[in-house]
Amino acid sequence: MSEKQSETASKSGTDHSVLGGVETSNKNLENIGVELLPVHTGGTVHAKRIPGTFRKIKWILASFWLILFVGPYLRWDGHQAILWDLANRQFHFFGLTILPQDIWILAMILLFFALLLAASTAVAGRLWCGYFCFHTVWTDVFTWLEEKFEGQPNKRQKLDQAPMSLEKLKVKIPKHLIWLLIGFATSFSFVAYFTDAIDLWARLFAFEWGSVETTIVVVLGLSTYFFAGFLREQTCIGFCPYARIQGAMIDTQTVVPTYDQDRGEPRGRMRRVKPGEEAPDLGDCIDCNLCVAVCPTGVDIRLGQQFGCITCGLCIDACDSVMDKIKKPRGLIRYASLQEFTGKKLPAIWKRPRVIVYSAIMTFAAGAILYGLATMSPIDVKALHERSPLFVQMSNGSIQNKWTLKVVNKGAEVMQAKITIGSEFQNMEYDVSPAVLSVQPGTVGSATLLVRIPRRDLTEANTPIDIMVEDVNNPQIKTTYNSVFIGPKPR
Amino acid sequence: MANHNPWPDEGNTGHIWDEDLRELDNPPPLWWMLSFYAGFIMIIFYTLYYPVIPLTDKTGEFTKGMAGWTAIEEYNEDFKVLKDWRVAKFADKEEQLAAMSVADILKDDELRQYAVATSKVLFGDYCAACHGAGGAGNPNFPVLADDDWLWGGQVAQIEASIKNGRIGNMPARGMMGNLSDEEIDNVTDYVIALSEGKGSDPQFAAGKAVYAKGMCLACHGPAGKPLAPAGAANLTDQVWRFSSDRDAIRNVIANGVNVKKNGEYIEGTRQAIMPAFKERLPNADVNVKRLAVYIHQLGGGQ
Ligand code: SF4
Ligand code: SF4
Repeated sequence: MSEKQSETASKSGTDHSVLGGVETSNKNLENIGVELLPVHTGGTVHAKRIPGTFRKIKWILASFWLILFVGPYLRWDGHQAILWDLANRQFHFFGLTILPQDIWILAMILLFFALLLAASTAVAGRLWCGYFCFHTVWTDVFTWLEEKFEGQPNKRQKLDQAPMSLEKLKVKIPKHLIWLLIGFATSFSFVAYFTDAIDLWARLFAFEWGSVETTIVVVLGLSTYFFAGFLREQTCIGFCPYARIQGAMIDTQTVVPTYDQDRGEPRGRMRRVKPGEEAPDLGDCIDCNLCVAVCPTGVDIRLGQQFGCITCGLCIDACDSVMDKIKKPRGLIRYASLQEFTGKKLPAIWKRPRVIVYSAIMTFAAGAILYGLATMSPIDVKALHERSPLFVQMSNGSIQNKWTLKVVNKGAEVMQAKITIGSEFQNMEYDVSPAVLSVQPGTVGSATLLVRIPRRDLTEANTPIDIMVEDVNNPQIKTTYNSVFIGPKPR
Repeated sequence: MANHNPWPDEGNTGHIWDEDLRELDNPPPLWWMLSFYAGFIMIIFYTLYYPVIPLTDKTGEFTKGMAGWTAIEEYNEDFKVLKDWRVAKFADKEEQLAAMSVADILKDDELRQYAVATSKVLFGDYCAACHGAGGAGNPNFPVLADDDWLWGGQVAQIEASIKNGRIGNMPARGMMGNLSDEEIDNVTDYVIALSEGKGSDPQFAAGKAVYAKGMCLACHGPAGKPLAPAGAANLTDQVWRFSSDRDAIRNVIANGVNVKKNGEYIEGTRQAIMPAFKERLPNADVNVKRLAVYIHQLGGGQ
């Protein structure tokens, strides 16, 4: 870069960059305005629990996960309503049976939720982490139970430090048992989606579990216990990839729990002003540290938004309760974006490019899912054209092509598939063996099709033909497969 | 690296670069470190227990570790389980194949499908080299997917062909070996005309006469169509045993198929031998049947 260019570059840089006016010649992080915020490493975080709006929202959203435990026991038409039948390669969802051929719908569902995650994060930060993530929810339940058994945070801390004693065990053991029980319920419910739940219970009491089930239930149960009981915020800070991905998806227009520095600083404890003393000029933050005490990841939000923060909103509850007590307006900590604090207004949600793109993809995925479910036919036909030989010269001068037909019966009754051919050729002959193919529900049947067309009738090397399959028992179930008849190059 | 440490209290290791880039000593939680060290201990255990050291001992065997475990042994064991399972699972089907005639196998839908499904690899190993994948044929080797059969296209005939092999046999220059070059030209034109359905056109009368004189009709039938399948080609259809090229056809008439003189093939004769597979195939009594069923369904079985 020439000197002139670099000059203009740095000039425009100082005009527009967020680092405008910052001395960048020195690599010292403090000089360029980056602060290293502390991460909690000092042992288990014992967060205080206080009631509030966000607390309520959290419970309501968390209760969604109760479905996990109930799901396996729902019945539909005499079988389990939600069942991933791996052995038979079928997925039952109430009245729907999804076979591997329809698995693209699943891919669309995954796409939809991946983009939902991106869109919600772009709008309001780590909503998933703070409210919905199973790790957050399970940890929340585990610490709630811990409080029931062991009391307030300070009591828990004392208990943790106390030497092992009978008293301590009396408090600890029931807690761990309940935790393990939840872990077991979680892993059992998970496995119950892959095999009949009631049968799974029956076989549990008869000691008939196989090694696969046993291993999965034990490993998953113990890791639930370990992660929610012990790893807690270490998971979010230390190794959950979502924490990093979502952190990177937040921008200056994203609203996240933020401490209003202009209003709160300088912080300080309220004191009676002694006569003769001048009242100190303090901001609204009374430095009670309640926001830090309630934070499940041990973050001090007043230092700014940071990567330990899972945006659970609990510090907002805490701060609001304090503001209520000292009769100041709420919202010293609130959901706000960086852009608001620079004085610029936030554009309407539907005018933000990322939101537009994400929602467009989500709409596409949702449309594809609806299309897939709406057009899911109980019959599916694949015709595999023989590749070697592509065609055969027959003794009477006809050209013969061969297909292997795969007929999938996605319905609930036996299908009698009859195969016919439609083409423009008068002198076409065909054989299907077997003539009528019977296909059991949920399985694939296969038939061989031979089509012969006199060579002199063929004007092209490739001629389209239609392979039509119809269920004799149920004539409205039918489908057409468009294939190509291949012959020699015309002479 | 600076010797002097401007931040003595922050717990850095004293490693400072570029004036202010410094290494801090922030240990992770104790249990993380313990699992880290446990990992090292596991390495020692692994090294002793599993075949880690890539050396051979005196006998030329690889060191196996205390467990005596090797991946290939485990693979072989697993594979044996799979094989045993397969043998056990399909034992009754194999027995049926051995006991039943090919014609009966063909009638039993399930058994026929089983025979076809288990033949693909066998066909690829033993047949495809000459007859092409899927019976597509190769230059000078018969197509198995069409409906033209020299030795018969019924499944039992196919079975016989595979089992005992077939040797093509056509004398050079007619049955008596006495056709002149001109006569050969004429009869060549005549057989080509036969395949086009123009055999009775007056212009081929000379060739037709040669066809009788050379006693071609003895094998190929009075009208160019053999009376029974016995290795002679049907001259009236659209499929040629070797090639539809006129020179190639003339050459077959002039030099025959598998014609020997003093134990040597004469020059220009076509060699056409299908070996007997009852000696070549493993487990031949079942596998011949299996292949016959497979070939029968390739596209032209009768
Ligand atoms: S960071 Fe990861 S583990 Fe933590 S709450 Fe979010 S998604 Fe869950
Ligand atoms: S700083 Fe506030 S929003 Fe962030 S994790 Fe802690 S309590 Fe939740």
